Amino acid sequence: MSKAYAMDSYSDYNDKESKIVSGIFTFLKYAVLVIACLIVIVPLVVVFLGSLKSNTEFLSSNVFALPTKIEWSNYKTAFIDGQVLEGFKNTAIILVFSCIGTVITGSMTAYVLQRFKTTLGTVIKAAFLLATLLPGISMQVTVYRIVNAFHLVGSMAAPIILYVGTDIISIYIFIQFLNNISYSLDESAIMDGANYFTVYFRIIFPLLKPAIATVLIIKIISIYNDFYTPQLYMGKSKPVVSTALYNFIGPYGAKWEIIFAGIVICIIPTLIIFLVLQKYIYSGLVNGSVKE
Amino acid sequence: MAKNKIALSNPLGHTGKKLGGQYMNKMITVILFLLIPTLLLFIFTYIPAFNMFKYSFEERDQFGATVKFIGFENYKTIFTTPEYFSTFKNSLYYLVGSFIQLALALFLATILCSKIRASNFFKGVLFFPYMINTVAVAVIFRRFFQRGDGITNTDGTLNSIITLFGGDPVKFLSTEGLVNVCLVFVSIWRYIGFDLVMFIGAIQSVSPDIYEAAELDGANRWQVFKYIIAPGIRPIILLQMILAVKGAISVYEIPYIITGGKFGSSTFVIQTTETAFKFQKVGLASAMAVVLTIIIIIVTIIQKLAFKEEK
Repeated sequence: MSKAYAMDSYSDYNDKESKIVSGIFTFLKYAVLVIACLIVIVPLVVVFLGSLKSNTEFLSSNVFALPTKIEWSNYKTAFIDGQVLEGFKNTAIILVFSCIGTVITGSMTAYVLQRFKTTLGTVIKAAFLLATLLPGISMQVTVYRIVNAFHLVGSMAAPIILYVGTDIISIYIFIQFLNNISYSLDESAIMDGANYFTVYFRIIFPLLKPAIATVLIIKIISIYNDFYTPQLYMGKSKPVVSTALYNFIGPYGAKWEIIFAGIVICIIPTLIIFLVLQKYIYSGLVNGSVKE
Repeated sequence: MAKNKIALSNPLGHTGKKLGGQYMNKMITVILFLLIPTLLLFIFTYIPAFNMFKYSFEERDQFGATVKFIGFENYKTIFTTPEYFSTFKNSLYYLVGSFIQLALALFLATILCSKIRASNFFKGVLFFPYMINTVAVAVIFRRFFQRGDGITNTDGTLNSIITLFGGDPVKFLSTEGLVNVCLVFVSIWRYIGFDLVMFIGAIQSVSPDIYEAAELDGANRWQVFKYIIAPGIRPIILLQMILAVKGAISVYEIPYIITGGKFGSSTFVIQTTETAFKFQKVGLASAMAVVLTIIIIIVTIIQKLAFKEEK
């Protein structure tokens, strides 16, 4: 917190009155924060408590009441019958391929567009820029027909191709980052007889690491949270985490304890990743949004 | 110096005999590296965009079996049928909600940037909902606002709290108007952390010396906010406000999962996708997508103009 400014200290006059005022301010600040945090935490705690109750207890007890007997079987039902496990598997596959695809195609595109000032490059860059104006979600009305023409509907290839092929923000993050990598590095390598492929793979790509981290964080959060694309292109037979949870609403409509167990299972990996990578996630999002 | 100039104007070019080979290598690299991304861009963005405009003047189903050119009929339908047009009214709820969210986030960010113990803990807790899967968030609040039917479902969290204090349970999700307020609340709950992190980043990027100087000059809290914090983070507030407008007209997941768009909670995007995939009216849905695109383009132009002035 060394960077934070000392908002309190300018009331550090020695008279008693200002100390009281300052004390009240401090109290109010904490009160606001605690209330805000309670609003975030209470719905989550209710979910956790509910996921440990049996169906009869869930229906008869108060939402805040602790479970009398812990019912772990809810988790098993959600994991296996509720297809959350299957969802994790499919999400993982989609994530791996989409991330690799985005990093490779995004950084290559950015390298060519930023380093070589060719007419072709300028035209293509403008085409990418213009594409950011089109709202992805309602474009699916006509994208669907094309994905269908390639016989990709119902497969994992559909979301992977869309995640890789329509990600323009990543290209911008790479371009911004490349602006700050000196040309002299590429130049001296070329002098030494390297070709442009070698320059990209040996020099540029390793230097892009921080940008890759930013892209990956934004990409993973958005894919893990996406509901629309997998719902539209993969349907019920191939669930990802979000569609598996959504499918719970039908058959388990009244079995909230099982739905809650599913939700807890799905939040746990997020929580672990968040706790470990907190700092990188914040900076990744801040860096990513500035490029909007 | 002269050599430097050449290098700058033609950063990766080369002089002398090797020029031809370098040029070939350069062109091959350009073509190979751009081939796949450009193909994907055209197949999955430009062709659908072109189709979207074309289909919007047609009456057609998902398979394109019975296509009929009908001119501006689809657009007329959108702006004259209350079922479609009224969803714009719901966007206003989300727009107002977004501004409340920005104000709250700014307020919390200023608090968190002052001398606060465990500020990272508070920041983490407030941010965490942004990381939670959208469907999970929606389902959590579907339960949170539930009004029990006394047979298979009991009251949700909020109604339990209300009854605890002796009040009567409320049908939050099946009362027109109220349902939108609840959905906007969920949206704020989920997204406020993002704004908070942005604002904290912006506030902390202002040099601490300036705050110290203000302190020495005897500025009070409000003056510090008004003259130092606010101007320092003006661009980011402006950006978030514009993004809020875009967000408010493209709301989809939270209302779709919590209410399915029932009880007057539908949004324009829900209507668009239902029209396309449930009712198979691709022509009409394309026209709706075009309307949304035009709105987004207008907002983006405003964004560009606003930022030009900033600079």
